[in-house]
Amino acid sequence: MDLLNYAFMQRALLAAVLVGITAPAVGIYLVQRRQALMGDGIGHVAMTGVGLGFLLSWSPVWMATAVSVLGAVIMELIRWYGKTRGDIALAMLFYGGMAGGVMFINLAPGGSNANLTSYLFGSLSTVSESDVTAICLLAAFVVLVTLGLRRQLFAVSQDEEFARVTGLPVRALNLLTAVTAAVTVTVAMRVVGLLLVSALMVVPVAAAQQLSRSFAATFAIAVAIGVTVTIGGTVTSYYQDVPPGATIVLLTIAAFVALSVLAAPLARRRARAVAAAQPAGDPAECAIPATRSSGDEVGV
Amino acid sequence: MDAKAEPVISLRGVRAELGSRPVLRGVDLTVRRGEVVALLGANGSGKSTAVRSVIGQVAIGAGEIELFGAPHRRFRDWARIGYVPQRTTAAGGVPATVTEVVSSGRLSRTRFGVFRKADHAAVRHALELVGMADRAKDSVDALSGGQHQRVLIARALAAEPELLIMDEPMAGVDLASQEVLAHTLREQVAAGTTVLLVLHELGPLEPLIDRAVVLRDGCVLHDGPPPRAVGQHALPGHDHVHPHAPAGAEPIRTGLLS
Repeated sequence: MDLLNYAFMQRALLAAVLVGITAPAVGIYLVQRRQALMGDGIGHVAMTGVGLGFLLSWSPVWMATAVSVLGAVIMELIRWYGKTRGDIALAMLFYGGMAGGVMFINLAPGGSNANLTSYLFGSLSTVSESDVTAICLLAAFVVLVTLGLRRQLFAVSQDEEFARVTGLPVRALNLLTAVTAAVTVTVAMRVVGLLLVSALMVVPVAAAQQLSRSFAATFAIAVAIGVTVTIGGTVTSYYQDVPPGATIVLLTIAAFVALSVLAAPLARRRARAVAAAQPAGDPAECAIPATRSSGDEVGV
Repeated sequence: MDAKAEPVISLRGVRAELGSRPVLRGVDLTVRRGEVVALLGANGSGKSTAVRSVIGQVAIGAGEIELFGAPHRRFRDWARIGYVPQRTTAAGGVPATVTEVVSSGRLSRTRFGVFRKADHAAVRHALELVGMADRAKDSVDALSGGQHQRVLIARALAAEPELLIMDEPMAGVDLASQEVLAHTLREQVAAGTTVLLVLHELGPLEPLIDRAVVLRDGCVLHDGPPPRAVGQHALPGHDHVHPHAPAGAEPIRTGLLS
C-alpha cells in the first residue's frame, strides 16, 4: 500500500472515510421524510458560500458552511410557512444560490469559473491540512447528532404529527436536521463535489433498503456502503487517474444495482414465508371466468 | 359514571376554521376521568377537527381547552396522553420494524431519548396488549391494515397514558383486528384509562361507550347515552361495520377494463 506513504493521500483517505460515514447518516433521515433531494438543494446554495469565500479571501469551506446552514434554515422556514408556493420559493433559492456562486467568484480578483470546478466536482488530492481539521470537526458534529438523537430524529421523520403530540421539540429537531444536512454537504464538498453530494446521501440508503427490514440495519448498512465506496473510489482514482468524485458516485450506484439483484431471491423467500403463514383455503386472488355465462345475467 | 370525577378534557365554546370555512362553531365537550366518550358525526361534521384541537394540531379561533385541569397553552405533560392518528400518516421512506415504530411512543417517558430496561419492557408490553409481540421484528410495510392500526395503538400505549385519544381506530380494519382492538380497549378501560374516540359508527365498541357526543356542522347535536340504532340499523344481524379485505389481497378484477 504505497499510497499511504503520501501525506496528500492520507488526508484524502481520511476525508473520504468521514464523508462515507456522515453523508448516509444524515441522508437516511432525509430519505425517511421523503426529502431526498434536499441535499442537492443545499449543494446549490453552498456555491454562493464558496464564491463569497473567494471574494472575501476567507476559507471557502467555512464560508460554504455558513451560507448552506443559512440556506437550509430558510428552506425549513419555507416548509413551515409557505404552503402553496413552497416549491417555487425553493427553486428560487437553489438557482439563486448557484447564480450567486458564479457571480461572486467572477467578481473575486483573479477568480473564474475554473476555481469553482474543484468545488463542484470535488478535488480530493488538494485537501489541505486546514481542510482536514474543518472536515474532522464538522464530521464529529454530524455523527454526534445523527447517532445521539437517532430516536428523536426517527420519530420526527416517521410521523411528524405524532412526534408533536408526544411533546418532542419538533421544530428544533427539524432545524437541527436541516443544519446537519448543510454541514454534511460542506464536509462532502471537497470529496465528491457540491453537484454530486446528494448521491452519497441518498443512494447508499436506497441500496441498504434492498437488504434490510429495520431502520437500525438500514443505517448500519448504508454507512458501511458509504465507507466502502468512498475508500474504493479514492484508491481507484490514485491508481487509474480518474476523478475520485465521479468514481465514488458511480461505485455507489453500482452497489445499489448489485444489491437489488442480490435481494430479489431474498424478497421472494420472504414472500413465500408470509404466504405460508396465511391460513390454508384462503385464496389470495379471485378467479374470474374469462367469458360471461348465463349465471352472470342479472334480472331487474 | 361518577359525575363529579375531575374533567380530563374540557372544551368550552371552541371555534375553529380551516381556511375560511368554520369547522367548529362553539363546541362544548367534557370528558371526565374513567369515561369512554365517542365523538360521532358525518364526514365534515368537525369531529376530527375537534380531536385535533384537543391535541394542539389545529389552532382554535375562540374558546378554551383544558387538559387535566391545565389551560391548553401551559400543558406540557404529553406523556399522559396517548394519541392514535387516522391510519394514513405513519409510513416513512425507510423500512422500520414494529418495535422501532412503537418505541417512538415511549420517548415522552425518557430523558433525552435514552431507553432503560423499563422502557424496553413497556414497548414489549404494549405489543403484547395488541397481540403483535410475534411480529415485533417485522417491517411495518409487511403488515395488513388492521395489524398496522394495532401497531399505532401499541405506540400510543407504550407511554402508559392516562388518556387515549383515537381518530377512527376502526377505519379500514379487518374483522379479526377489530376484535383484538375492542378487547385491548376493554382492558384499558378496566384499568381506568380515559378514552376519547372519533367513530364513524359505534360498531363493535358500542358496549364500551359511556357517552356519545354527536356533531353536525361543527355544533354539538347530542350529548348523552349512545343513540339507539333505529330503522333498518336496529334489525338483528345488521352489522354496520365495513370490514376491509386483508391487505395484500389483489383488488378484484372484473375483466371489464383489463
